[in-house]
Amino acid sequence: MSLLETHGLTKRFGGLVANQAIDFRLEKGELVGLIGPNGAGKTTFFNCITGFYRPDEGRVFFRGRDVTGWSPERICRAGIARTFQVVKTFRDMTVLENVMVGAFLRHPRPAAARAHAEAVLETTGLTHLADVQAGGLPIAYRKRLELARALATEPEVLFLDEAMAGLNPGEIQEAVAMVRRLWEQGLTIVLVEHVMEVVMPLAQRVVVLDYGQVIADDTPERVAKDPRVIEAYLGERFAREAREG
Amino acid sequence: MQSVSRQGQEPRSGPWWTRRWVQWGGGILLLIFLLLFPYLFPRPFLRRMAILVLLWSLLGLAWNIIGGYGGQVSLGHAVFFGLGAYTSSILLERWQVSPWLGMLAGAAVAAIAALLIGWPTFRLQGHYFAIATIAAGEIFAILFRNWEWAGGAVGIYLPLIRGDQLVNFQFHETKVPYYYIVLVMALLAVAVTYALERSRAGYYLRALRADQDAARSLGVPITRYKLIAMVISAVLTAIGGTFYAQFVLYISPNTVFALMLSVQMCLVAVLGGLGTIAGPIIGAMVLIPMAEYTRVFLGGRGGGLHLVVYGLLIVIISVFQPAGLVGLLRRRTRPTPPPAMPTPAEEGIA
Amino acid sequence: MDLTILAQTVASGLLIGLVFSLLAVGLTLIFGVMDIVNFAHGEFLMLAMYVTYWLWVLWGMDPLFSLPISALVMFILGALTYLLVIRYVLDAPMLAQIFSTFGLMIFLRFLAQVLWTEDYRRIRGSLLEGRIEIAGVFLGRPEVAAALGGIITTAILYWFLKGTRLGWALEATAEDRTVAALMGINTEWMFTLAWGIGSACAGIAGTLLATFYPIFPEAGAVFVLVTYVAVALGGFGNITGAFVGGILIGLLQVVGGFLWEPRFKDVLVYGVYLLVVLVRPQGLLGRR
Ligand SMILES: Nc1ncnc2c1ncn2[C@@H]1O[C@H](COP(=O)(O)OP(=O)(O)OP(=O)(O)O)[C@@H](O)[C@H]1O
Ligand SMILES: [Mg+2]
Repeated sequence: MSLLETHGLTKRFGGLVANQAIDFRLEKGELVGLIGPNGAGKTTFFNCITGFYRPDEGRVFFRGRDVTGWSPERICRAGIARTFQVVKTFRDMTVLENVMVGAFLRHPRPAAARAHAEAVLETTGLTHLADVQAGGLPIAYRKRLELARALATEPEVLFLDEAMAGLNPGEIQEAVAMVRRLWEQGLTIVLVEHVMEVVMPLAQRVVVLDYGQVIADDTPERVAKDPRVIEAYLGERFAREAREG
Repeated sequence: MQSVSRQGQEPRSGPWWTRRWVQWGGGILLLIFLLLFPYLFPRPFLRRMAILVLLWSLLGLAWNIIGGYGGQVSLGHAVFFGLGAYTSSILLERWQVSPWLGMLAGAAVAAIAALLIGWPTFRLQGHYFAIATIAAGEIFAILFRNWEWAGGAVGIYLPLIRGDQLVNFQFHETKVPYYYIVLVMALLAVAVTYALERSRAGYYLRALRADQDAARSLGVPITRYKLIAMVISAVLTAIGGTFYAQFVLYISPNTVFALMLSVQMCLVAVLGGLGTIAGPIIGAMVLIPMAEYTRVFLGGRGGGLHLVVYGLLIVIISVFQPAGLVGLLRRRTRPTPPPAMPTPAEEGIA
Repeated sequence: MDLTILAQTVASGLLIGLVFSLLAVGLTLIFGVMDIVNFAHGEFLMLAMYVTYWLWVLWGMDPLFSLPISALVMFILGALTYLLVIRYVLDAPMLAQIFSTFGLMIFLRFLAQVLWTEDYRRIRGSLLEGRIEIAGVFLGRPEVAAALGGIITTAILYWFLKGTRLGWALEATAEDRTVAALMGINTEWMFTLAWGIGSACAGIAGTLLATFYPIFPEAGAVFVLVTYVAVALGGFGNITGAFVGGILIGLLQVVGGFLWEPRFKDVLVYGVYLLVVLVRPQGLLGRR
């Protein structure tokens, strides 16, 4: 069995099927890109796996255990961490304190949690901001802080929901390098990005969602040539151009 | 006060009052002042006022644990106060149980009530939670008003015990012992808050206050921690209830289960500044004398002119200083974010 | 059990419930538009009762005719509350908002006490006095009038919100104030209007109540706590929900008082509310 598997995962919102019978496998040590146009169901898929939504059908297995319907906190304890597309910083806590909240999961004593959080700040290059109120940080730093916070829970799998949206090209470079470094250190990563150009050089494997269904699951090179994928993205581009006149 | 700085570490720079030794020194001086207070100001009016300020500091600190740190705006805390007061008073009146034991029993009863109220209502947020706690509070008020065995709407007159001994928790010759008892209680609340602030629970509470989903994604079992905070808060509030009963020697549903009481506990904490140790203390030091003096100057004519002024002051305060009085200090000590990185547009590639 | 008594009980629950509905609709309208609970709503009700009382005592004006006057007075008072207080706490933390209206509540309640003492006052001999009988069930005419007033006012309000341009603008503001502002709606004026209309509802309810309920400074407190429950039960900001919630509360009170004991009637109200939100945290008709 793979590290993480979903079998026929389905989530509906009223009449809308946001995730339709998704079969997904994640091997240990992989770096998988999950892409798809707006509203394809990527975030919903994350929410189903990490316990924020209860899937209507299908099951989620992590390390061979059925974790379907577990609460988010239990999923996190089991070893799956995530970030949010819309950053959820603890605004009136400092950067260090934000990360300590994550660190407390495996280090109940404050001194140990602090030490671990400081180490995480070091690896994510946030040490110089440790005592700054997190709410006032620019978006790029808050995204990085969210990553650091998730890392502090010492996960086995990390789900990143658009960790690079809203960053400028220089910041994207930095973020890509960091994700690659984490992966090289042994973390299994699923990366949602709206934009193919970010995912292609980074991921070993790319899964494409469209209208809640998996329409491709292959190496980046082959996915990029897949006519269905091109169609999904072209469709979106046409729609956007039509919208923007 | 300690809490003006961020928790648990020496700020690297900042105004002088954020230095740790200044805060500790100030704290010790304040403590000495508090210990000597009854002898520095022997007038009964001031002594009574000091007792009330300390009692309200205790209640504000207690409320602050769930309402300030945990961000759950309870408007039903009078339940815990009333249960504390009633439990010890009934035990004393019926079975001559020492109020000190009654206080512990009251705290236990309040803890159970906190679990019973918290378990269903902690799934609610914002106004729904506030209204639900009001509803819970009213249920208790109505039940006690109609519970004849417990004195009904009239309430309970506590049996007088002469002799002014500490074990009796009653003092008639001089009110000074009350002052020291409530001082110890308030210090207990400070100590509990101080420990909480530095513990995992304190971090978890502040995290779930800021964002419940983010907290859960980091493995925080939010309901459990809200319940923990509620129980601690209820226990401290109940202790205040027993003190009140022993101090006033008369309790009734309309005084100890009143919605106004719940609101004032919250107000004390909000006025001073939420989620800080100093906040509720400052709030009590401002609000209680304000209420007492307006009562003395305006209450004589009967009616409730002082409450008219009190209401007006509350409106004015919430309009002009919604962040609380500690917010005034906070604003100047908060480190500014770095200018280093240019802030890109929030949208960009997305 | 005697069927007539049951019918009598249900009917009187329904009648008082419709008054709660009117109060709740006013409260929820304000909440829907700007997410603020007016804790002074009951005091507006109480002031309207006094307005009605003094118009009756001083000028012999029957409550039936002073109705528009007290509605207008409360409209103005509500609008002033927005302009003088609420405007400044719109973006403040929820607690500051709570305390701004809570302070107002204390202010108004004790102002009434200072001005008019704690005495209970009653209006006797108004046009509405007396009883009517429908199929063996006796109903007080003031209660019936109050219930009718509740229905009519809610209906007019509903028509106003759904059927007029101004009402549409108000709903658009409730939906999203930024978008509404972009569409050229003067949101400031909409907020003032919401407070005016919401408070006028309390005004009408106050006059209607004054015909059969004693008038005293804490009269508002008696009604308003369960009204909050009605609003939350229906779902904050939901007009239909508030209407239904009000009726439910009235029924629960009377039926509960009948089955158990009148003095415990509100325990049933609060208890049922807690049970409902346990299952549906957003209220019966509320959206998440
Ligand atoms: N809580 C919800 N209630 C109702 N509909 C929802 C909810 N969450 C998502 N949806 C709908 O489900 C669909 C999938 O949304 P989702 O957020 O998963 O897409 P996405 O792929 O993450 O899109 P994006 O690239 O914009 O982030 C969308 O049509 C969205 O409107
Ligand atoms: Mg998404």
